[in-house]
Amino acid sequence: MDMKHFKYVLKENPVTGFAFVLFGLFVLLAIFGPLIAPFDPLDSNAGEPLTPPSAQNWFGTDSFGRDIFSRVIIATRLDFGIALSAVLISFIIGSSIGCAAGFWGGWLDRVSSRVADTIMAFPLFVLAMGIVAALGNTVGNVIYATAIINLPFYMRVARAEANVRRNAGFIEAARLAGNHDVRILAVHIFPNILPPMMVQVSLNMGWAILNAAGLSFIGLGVRPPEAEWGIMVAEGATYIISGEWWVALFPGAVLMLAVFCFNLMGDGLRDLIDPRRRT
Amino acid sequence: MKLILKRLLLALPNLVGVIVVTFVLTRALPGDPAAYFAGAAATPEAVAQVRTQLGLDRPMFEQFLSYVSDLAKGDWGVSLATGQSVISELKGRLPASLELTLFGLVLAVSVAVPLGVLAATRPNSAWDHGVRALTTAGVSLPTFFTGLLLVYVFYYKLGWAPSPSGRIDAFVSSPPTVTGFYIIDSLIAGDFTALWASIKQLILPAGTLALFVLAPLARMTRASMLGVLSSDFIRTARASGLTPMTVLYTYALRNALLPVLTTLGMVFSFLLGSNVLVEKVFAWPGIGSFAIESLVASDYAPVQGFVLSMALLYVLLNLLIDLAYTWLDPRIALEG
Repeated sequence: MDMKHFKYVLKENPVTGFAFVLFGLFVLLAIFGPLIAPFDPLDSNAGEPLTPPSAQNWFGTDSFGRDIFSRVIIATRLDFGIALSAVLISFIIGSSIGCAAGFWGGWLDRVSSRVADTIMAFPLFVLAMGIVAALGNTVGNVIYATAIINLPFYMRVARAEANVRRNAGFIEAARLAGNHDVRILAVHIFPNILPPMMVQVSLNMGWAILNAAGLSFIGLGVRPPEAEWGIMVAEGATYIISGEWWVALFPGAVLMLAVFCFNLMGDGLRDLIDPRRRT
Repeated sequence: MKLILKRLLLALPNLVGVIVVTFVLTRALPGDPAAYFAGAAATPEAVAQVRTQLGLDRPMFEQFLSYVSDLAKGDWGVSLATGQSVISELKGRLPASLELTLFGLVLAVSVAVPLGVLAATRPNSAWDHGVRALTTAGVSLPTFFTGLLLVYVFYYKLGWAPSPSGRIDAFVSSPPTVTGFYIIDSLIAGDFTALWASIKQLILPAGTLALFVLAPLARMTRASMLGVLSSDFIRTARASGLTPMTVLYTYALRNALLPVLTTLGMVFSFLLGSNVLVEKVFAWPGIGSFAIESLVASDYAPVQGFVLSMALLYVLLNLLIDLAYTWLDPRIALEG
């Protein structure tokens, strides 16, 4: 992935560049959010309750008089944190199991494929609901549930990629040089399957954010008064039919922008890595 | 016939997997499952009674067997909130959810396929990029948010849509129940007021669902159309002087739709999942809003019944897709 190719892909599809910039902005918001936000996200004296957007409250205020702009900014860290932790967990577990299954085959392969199939036999959001309901209504469990429903995707990609490489020349060479299997997996196979895995990570991040926000929208995971995009949309839902649109619109729009950003980045990364797979 | 049996057998492991997972979920309740099922206000005696009733004092494998036999007998537990058995609650609400999901699917397919064809016949044009942008945006939109936006624009601002409160206008009586699908029932009863009223209620929530699943359908149509359009038999058809329309629709599209059928599995996963969110937004009296109400009330038996019924429905839908595929593509039968 040299710079020339990178520039070429960006020129072909300028939207990808936009997505990378947007991603950078979101990361900055997640890190420096509390410094940027003009009000405390829980402060109910930021303005009159339910005032439309104004110079003082850019995104208006909610029914408690809290500043929506500040709450949307503060929520970035929580939403990204949930999604990132979930994706990391499924990436680490999924790629290790998938790699091992694709490399060695045998019972490990059969069992892990069975597990992946079983997870995929559920409508995934419904399974996540069931897991959180069973394990208990906490943010941690939302992370685990999101990690579990994403697991099959990583397992399958890693398995397929490791499987096509297990008899490749460079693996034979590494073996002849006296490397044992675990080392070959870690040093020779894993780095090679990273690019397709990164595409999966990017696409999954958007999905994970959507999923976590969806769960908190129906009352699972994050609890009020905590600032989180899904909850804020849920709080605004009741005001939509009486015309107070800003309560739900801004958190929802930012949530959408974040997911859009990850999806575009995933598409862009895929173009970078394998232009033929573009659909 | 043999092939159908084989497909049925292939669906079995998934069925078993689903039942094992839901069993584990019922036993994974934090603390004492018996206390959860008995409810917050239960006395210690009631908890003990629930424990023996659930068989929580017996070995795990035995518990699993009795769980399976209870499921088979239709004993899915009791909803604490309504006092009714979970299975009858779910049965009563399932048609509402199914009608919404299927209507959403029909809407999505009828928009996505033409969009995919449009993009495939003009690759790398403005149309192509436009379709790509639209579908990426569609899959990025949180369904609960799209639903609210549509409500704001079409109900509050324009006043075109009815209020987002259920399956039919409060002033129109619902058609007599035959199938539970209001559209079909009102057609059977010949009640066109009810038909129109229920369609009006359906359009926004179904449109919300459709927007979310446009992406996989349209992208797959585009990709497979591109593949088919560059194949030999299309070139032959063109060379024989057939009109572009005939080539496109009679020759290309019919062959291109086969791979689209396989994405339906994923599409249904999306649909059934986001159905829950859409039902909440539109106060749709389906099994999704029932599950959410029960969740809020810490009433776990209905939630588990909901997860199980959704999973069973999904396994069944996947089986149907598989069967349809085998039926449409005779090559699979030959491969055996």
